[in-house]
Amino acid sequence: MKPVTRIKSRTVVLPTKDIDTDQIIPARFLTTTSRDGLGKNAFYDLRYNEDGSEKSSFILNQAAAIGCAVLVAGNNFGSGSSREHAPWALLDYGLKAIISTGIADIFRNNSLKNGLLPVVVDKNTHEWLLENPGAELDINVETATVELPDGKSITFPIDGFARHCLVEGVDQLGYLRQKIDRIEQFEEARAWKP
Amino acid sequence: MSKSTLFEKVWSEHVVADETPDSPAVLYVDLHIIHEVTTPQAFTVLREQGLPVRRPDLTLPTMDHSTPTTPVSTFKDLAVVGESAANQIRQMEQNCEDFGLDLIGFGHQNRGIVHVIGPELGATQPGKTIVCGDSHSSTHGAFGALAFGIGTTEVGHVLATQCLLQRKPKTLAVNINGPIADGVSAKDVILAVIGKIGVDGGTGHVIEYRGDAISALDMEGRMTICNMSIEAGARAGMIAPDDTTFEYLNGRPRAPQDAAFSAAVTRWKKLRTDDGAAFDRAVSLDASDLQPMVTFGTNPGMVVAINEPVPDGGDDPSFRKALDYMRVEAGKPMTANAVDVVFVGSCTNGRLSDIEEAARVLAGRKVADGVRMLVVPGSQQVKNAAEARGLDKIIVEAGAEWREAGCSMCIGMNGDIVPSGKLSVSTSNRNFEGRQGIGARTVLASPATAAASAVRGRVTDPRTLS
Repeated sequence: MKPVTRIKSRTVVLPTKDIDTDQIIPARFLTTTSRDGLGKNAFYDLRYNEDGSEKSSFILNQAAAIGCAVLVAGNNFGSGSSREHAPWALLDYGLKAIISTGIADIFRNNSLKNGLLPVVVDKNTHEWLLENPGAELDINVETATVELPDGKSITFPIDGFARHCLVEGVDQLGYLRQKIDRIEQFEEARAWKP
Repeated sequence: MSKSTLFEKVWSEHVVADETPDSPAVLYVDLHIIHEVTTPQAFTVLREQGLPVRRPDLTLPTMDHSTPTTPVSTFKDLAVVGESAANQIRQMEQNCEDFGLDLIGFGHQNRGIVHVIGPELGATQPGKTIVCGDSHSSTHGAFGALAFGIGTTEVGHVLATQCLLQRKPKTLAVNINGPIADGVSAKDVILAVIGKIGVDGGTGHVIEYRGDAISALDMEGRMTICNMSIEAGARAGMIAPDDTTFEYLNGRPRAPQDAAFSAAVTRWKKLRTDDGAAFDRAVSLDASDLQPMVTFGTNPGMVVAINEPVPDGGDDPSFRKALDYMRVEAGKPMTANAVDVVFVGSCTNGRLSDIEEAARVLAGRKVADGVRMLVVPGSQQVKNAAEARGLDKIIVEAGAEWREAGCSMCIGMNGDIVPSGKLSVSTSNRNFEGRQGIGARTVLASPATAAASAVRGRVTDPRTLS
């Protein structure tokens, strides 16, 4: 994973609550055996009509969304299935951070393992962000802060290990493999074996 | 001595390295179930790094999600829908061959949905940690296992090390007491729980379902309950094992046998929350009040008793958007809606008792004109057992389709889809927009409600069929 230390971008706003992973990437696109090139399928049924034409009313199809790497979404973003295709698709689409008041557990874990930053903010900040699409934000992963356009800085919760892995670009499989001796000892010492 | 919850007992037995502020716990995995959709990219990582699968003996591979369920006389005739699905299935077969895994593939008598075959084989056991690249892994918690869904990166971690990096979640007790009325099933109970705590009510928590209503359920009902824990946002759902659990497991091929089984039961009996152990949160539900439940919106928390009016949601735009998508009117009960498709199946309700429940309603009746009804067994073993009881004949005589085992219309990536704009009453777990097909409108319900709705051609309270 490439290190992720700082994200400076305008926001695009999708205020709907409970956007699930089936909306982030519909199941019919999960027959791939690769993790690449899924950006074209991100939010597919929200972006396109059934005849394949673009839905001009959808925010990501509008000029203001071009180049935005930060998505501000309604509460409980990423609920539903464990498909890692969801963060793969969002990253490939060009997003680098998701801001909401709540982000579902498995989606959050999957995002952190791929360098997509989940940012949970308080209700007031969230409301302000929902009302001010296109806000220029400066997100610092090391200090776990979001700097708003007025210079005010707010902190967001992030697990210390997850932050370390993002900032240093740590391969978590490599980290786990360093524990192989401990794992073997554990297997040996167990009173019962699965 | 400190008092522990069921979750804490299972968790602490599997900690290889303790968590610290700077590092998560290393948690050992006793059973890793894998399928074709969420594993190919993990095997790619293993190949790139030259790593073997560390414990093939603790890895249970099958194929269920992108597999077709069209009835066939021989599995050689099974036509996979689409080149990419066919490629994914070939890739799964190749990966299992290359990494020395014993694939339960097409034509195998034990093939089926990951969360149906684990318990059926007796591989799912109390006190185990069980993971799968599928969020409905919470199903296995019905046996007092700690079971949760993981992403593909983590599938790679488990394949290579048999461990995961995890922060310890919080605990949520869901106490359900009182007798469950006739015509009300485990599915109605869990839909009511999700309606009460909300689709994010369990985020960051492992649920333990407790109370006499839970103890009274058979294992299949308990699996239905735990299966939908993720629909309340919880990582896992657990139920303490008891005699019902032990009786279910006794004699199953991958369960301990004979003396080893007795020894296991002694160990399993300790897997109960100690009296006075503290949960981080607790909620209660009176089961005696429950009615058959149906969803009206686009997430499983948007649920209402079948005869009660759909709420109006005030001025919440997300709520309005959901009602517009569903073309459902606030103020009227869901029974006002005509039905186009009925699906009985999935890891939530695709077991023998679910097929029986649907067949009891269908017996001597006909599926209404214009309604397509699919009954899809959760596994080959469920299929065989249902056919041995003649349930397939009842289903077919009623005008419904009896199909091969698989995830089918729950996920719409295998050819079984609800056409755009059509309303489906489904025993599956997700009524998300487009889940069953582009523009599909899904109403989640129990097998009895689904079958009654097929017969009447509109959303129907199964208790109203004489």
